[in-house]
Amino acid sequence: MSGWLGGWLLLCAAGVLATLGAALWRVWRGPARADRMMAAQLVGTGGVAVLLLLAPAQGWAALDVALVLAILAALAAVGFVKASTPDGAGAPEEADAPADPATDSARGDRDVA
Amino acid sequence: MWLDLSSFALTALGLFFFVAGTAGLLRFPDTFSRLHALTKADNLGLGCVALGVALQAAHWTDVLKLALIWALALLAAGTVAQLVARAALSEPRARKRAGERP
Amino acid sequence: MTGTMTGAAALLLDLLLVALVAFAGWAALAGRGVFRAVVFFIAYGLLVALGWVRLGAVNVALAEAAIGAGLTGVLLLATVGRLERAGAARDVPPVRGAAAWVPALAGLGVTGALVWAWFALPLPESPGPALAEALPRSGVENPVTAVLLNFRSWDTLLEAIVLLAALLGVWMLGRDGDWDAPLGLRQHVRPGGVMAGFGRVLPPLGLLVGVWLLWAGADAPGGAFQGGTVLAAVIVVALMAGVATPPGVSALPLRAALVLGPGVFLGAGGVLAALGGGFLTLPEAQAKVVIVAIEAALTLSIAVTLAGLVLGPPTAANGTAEGGAEPNANGPAAGRRA
Repeated sequence: MSGWLGGWLLLCAAGVLATLGAALWRVWRGPARADRMMAAQLVGTGGVAVLLLLAPAQGWAALDVALVLAILAALAAVGFVKASTPDGAGAPEEADAPADPATDSARGDRDVA
Repeated sequence: MWLDLSSFALTALGLFFFVAGTAGLLRFPDTFSRLHALTKADNLGLGCVALGVALQAAHWTDVLKLALIWALALLAAGTVAQLVARAALSEPRARKRAGERP
Repeated sequence: MTGTMTGAAALLLDLLLVALVAFAGWAALAGRGVFRAVVFFIAYGLLVALGWVRLGAVNVALAEAAIGAGLTGVLLLATVGRLERAGAARDVPPVRGAAAWVPALAGLGVTGALVWAWFALPLPESPGPALAEALPRSGVENPVTAVLLNFRSWDTLLEAIVLLAALLGVWMLGRDGDWDAPLGLRQHVRPGGVMAGFGRVLPPLGLLVGVWLLWAGADAPGGAFQGGTVLAAVIVVALMAGVATPPGVSALPLRAALVLGPGVFLGAGGVLAALGGGFLTLPEAQAKVVIVAIEAALTLSIAVTLAGLVLGPPTAANGTAEGGAEPNANGPAAGRRA
């Protein structure tokens, strides 16, 4: 790997990190809980990307951290979905009444603003 | 040299997709469009980054790990997007139940 | 030329990271909504893990990513859900006046003292002359594993026992009548649905990663705690997805898995003491075998213990006053308060 590429990878990591700043703004702003949680998922995916970009410069063990982040971010999201069901132990797809998605999607966002 | 240039191009493309996904997260009008923007653009970006970094890997096991990381991220993103979207559909009810202000 | 560019890029990256960590930490404390605070806590854990990698402390980064962002996040999310179901969730009004600035000043004072100490103390050599000299005799090449399982194995042994005691404490919160019930809530999902599928696909991949971290821990960052946490996450996802029903507290396999780690640890100490070396004083020739055996047993126990902590005490039925699971989101039990 030549020197300029090492510099570029760090710069690229900084760029991805900057997009995570925007994701944190979305966590703050919401308005729906799903917005906050998905923004946290973006912090997870972006964090994985930053770790990959750091790996050539910082040692390839950073990939192990990326693996752990990828698994645990999925766990956090499953935990969120579980906790948002009526008894804390269900799945949102169970209650499914997919009859009228149009009205559902309108309600899903605006009620909570 | 060509390897380095390919790495550069792929990681730059990855960064572009991250920026695009974030633009969607900031600018799209409602929860479901934002979900949509996020889960696709990000994971495409992550794939490009993984490919670009894999070209610099010193050992084949690192390439394997990069592939596993991307596979995990794709699997998780697909599942999570589906479930969170459905959770969002029932969210207003959940919040009323909790006694929060509407 | 390229050197200065790399340096500038690294500086930019670090400054951004510091700013994001500080913002996430502040937002977790300053916001009003409990849910938002929890999400910021998770984001904070993710960002701090990146910070540890930048500092070259991959072992700590692994632990922070797994425990700080992952398992603790799930625990807090479940707590928010539980408080709301019990009708006990409240937004706390912001603190003002002396109640706000006295803790703020105290926090600033501690930070200032730490900054002063950082500049006042000499920079430590890495990994330190005493450790560098002793490391070849430890049986492993990862200095963190060498310290945790050889030079200071007492600490690790007691930590494993503390973890077990914490789980017993959680179990005591269960009701008398529920004692024979399975651990945690009764999970239910749509058969063949997305979550059920996820619960079947993730475990093999997670198992691979968890065992890899344990295996790598001897010579590279990783080890029993990191591997165990990943396995715990896998167990929790599989159980939440309804792949299996958790056992009750009296199930023999569960109890065996819980005490295996501390048991092997204590047993190894006892055998070594009987052979004349002293409690947990590892002989150089056998050190690696003993360490790997203890770590493998500990990984299993840590995985099961952490999963048990996330699942909670034995519970006969979901819900609070009504009892009985209500699988329908529109069902009447959903709306009632306890």
